Amino acid sequence: MYDVSVIRNDFPILSRQVNGRPLVYLDNAATSQKPQSMIDALVNYYSGYNSNVHRGVHTLSMEATDAYEEARQKIATFINAPSPDNLIFVRNTSEAINLVEYSWAAANLKKGDRVVATEMEHHSNLVPWQHAVAKAEAELKLMKMAEDYSLDLSDLDELLTPQTKLVAFTQMSNVLGTITPAKEIIAAAHRVGALALVDAAQSVPHMPIDVQDLDCDFLAFSGHKMGGPMGIGVLYVKREVLEEMEPFLRGGEMVLEVTYENASWADLPMRFEAGTPSVADSIGLGAAIDYLTTLGMDNIRQHEVKLTSYAIERFKEIEEISTYGPGDMSIRGGVMSFTMGNVHPHDIGQVLDQAGVAIRTGHHCAMPLVRSRLHLPATARASFYLYNTEAEVDSLIDGLKTTLRFFGDANTRRA
Amino acid sequence: MQTPDGLDDLYQDIILDHYRSPRNQGVLEYPHLHGEGFNPFCGDQVDLTLTLSGDGRIDGVGFLGQGCSISQASGSMLSDQLKGKTIDEAEEFVRTFKGIMQGSDVSQEQEEELGEIAALQGVKQFPVRIKCALLSWTTLQDAINEYRKTVS
Repeated sequence: MYDVSVIRNDFPILSRQVNGRPLVYLDNAATSQKPQSMIDALVNYYSGYNSNVHRGVHTLSMEATDAYEEARQKIATFINAPSPDNLIFVRNTSEAINLVEYSWAAANLKKGDRVVATEMEHHSNLVPWQHAVAKAEAELKLMKMAEDYSLDLSDLDELLTPQTKLVAFTQMSNVLGTITPAKEIIAAAHRVGALALVDAAQSVPHMPIDVQDLDCDFLAFSGHKMGGPMGIGVLYVKREVLEEMEPFLRGGEMVLEVTYENASWADLPMRFEAGTPSVADSIGLGAAIDYLTTLGMDNIRQHEVKLTSYAIERFKEIEEISTYGPGDMSIRGGVMSFTMGNVHPHDIGQVLDQAGVAIRTGHHCAMPLVRSRLHLPATARASFYLYNTEAEVDSLIDGLKTTLRFFGDANTRRA
Repeated sequence: MQTPDGLDDLYQDIILDHYRSPRNQGVLEYPHLHGEGFNPFCGDQVDLTLTLSGDGRIDGVGFLGQGCSISQASGSMLSDQLKGKTIDEAEEFVRTFKGIMQGSDVSQEQEEELGEIAALQGVKQFPVRIKCALLSWTTLQDAINEYRKTVS
């Protein structure tokens, strides 16, 4: 049984106070809090078997290497990758996507080619492609956001021309919560011979993911949004694609043989992991995945659906509030972007913080979406995770009502 | 829920009053000085226009903006106290305010000169909001720098 009150005990930070009130942490789309078992894994590594990996004959190095590769196996199992060799450890989603840009796109994008993304992209899955198409003299086209905040697939056939080499899209918008029809988009990309990259930064932490079922060529996510440490992320790449890719960073760890003139590359995936890796953080991510697996990703998704539905209902009590995201929970994650009358999101965030409630305000690293499509300077965003409760949603609503009382008359000022 | 502690320091009545009813609203048609400020991270915007009289004193001020209460109240308060100042005096005023927001002590004399703007000192307790308070002031400094380039 999924008992949030028990689960919360696994997260030491949730018992702290902020500004004299119990912390209500609703900024999970930015980063998640950490279970004690993950924190223990980091401490155990550094206090028990800290050592460099893949090159020592001594015991500590072998223990560290085993734990590092075991973590890779856990991740492979978690997203149903065919083999741990499909996984490259990186720092975060941005680095994973940059790796694809430099190692794959730089070699494969030619003049006149096309990359397709969506209007909902986080900067991390937009800016690299702007750069890639500019270098290659290719073009970047975007799938549109529909009126109901879903992804508009109506012109997908026109967008996906034979010149399209890559379709790179978010599986869950960090602003709208929209879950995109990834399987359908990937199949459409493959029909025109394009590869498909999934930005799974918001999806892998919150719902079951199966890369073989998706049939994606690349899938990128960060450890820190799923209870893991900061500074560790993962890029999944299909074997046949990975074999054709040139290294991203060159140096230690990634070589087979080096002379003063030349070098040959190590096997996959180490060819893509130059330098000493984040061993502790990889092991920490493995521990976070153990934790998520114990709870069950289906249960986590169900919990968040229930909580988000509750929040949507409670938000309706405040008529000044506008929310931005699909109403259909089957295509909606636990992200609530909103504005409240003329009260600026900064002011909302400030009053809530004084009440111990942490939300995010601004453009959420999706500036074009917020400014050009939602036509807003900024939004406030509450985002949920496996440990949030209805009582915390109540605290949020109370805080918003207080904010309105504070700034209420602002609604009557200039248009 | 009661109003949480600390907020009254930040959102003093005079600040909320300027936020709700900004002074000197508008954009002057033929300004001698014009500055536009934008903070892309929070979406705060200000447009500041100034005219000068024959003896080089500010005699017209237009302030238009959108954004959080602190950025807009700060701009409105600034606009209210510029009239009658020379460019040099306005620049000194900017320097004083920036110094205060960055932690300098305030002399009795400076506090008097600031008038109701002194209410913005509460913002210092909330470091992330300091840039909101400073937006109009840095915009004014930019406008002065531009003006100096054209007249020198």
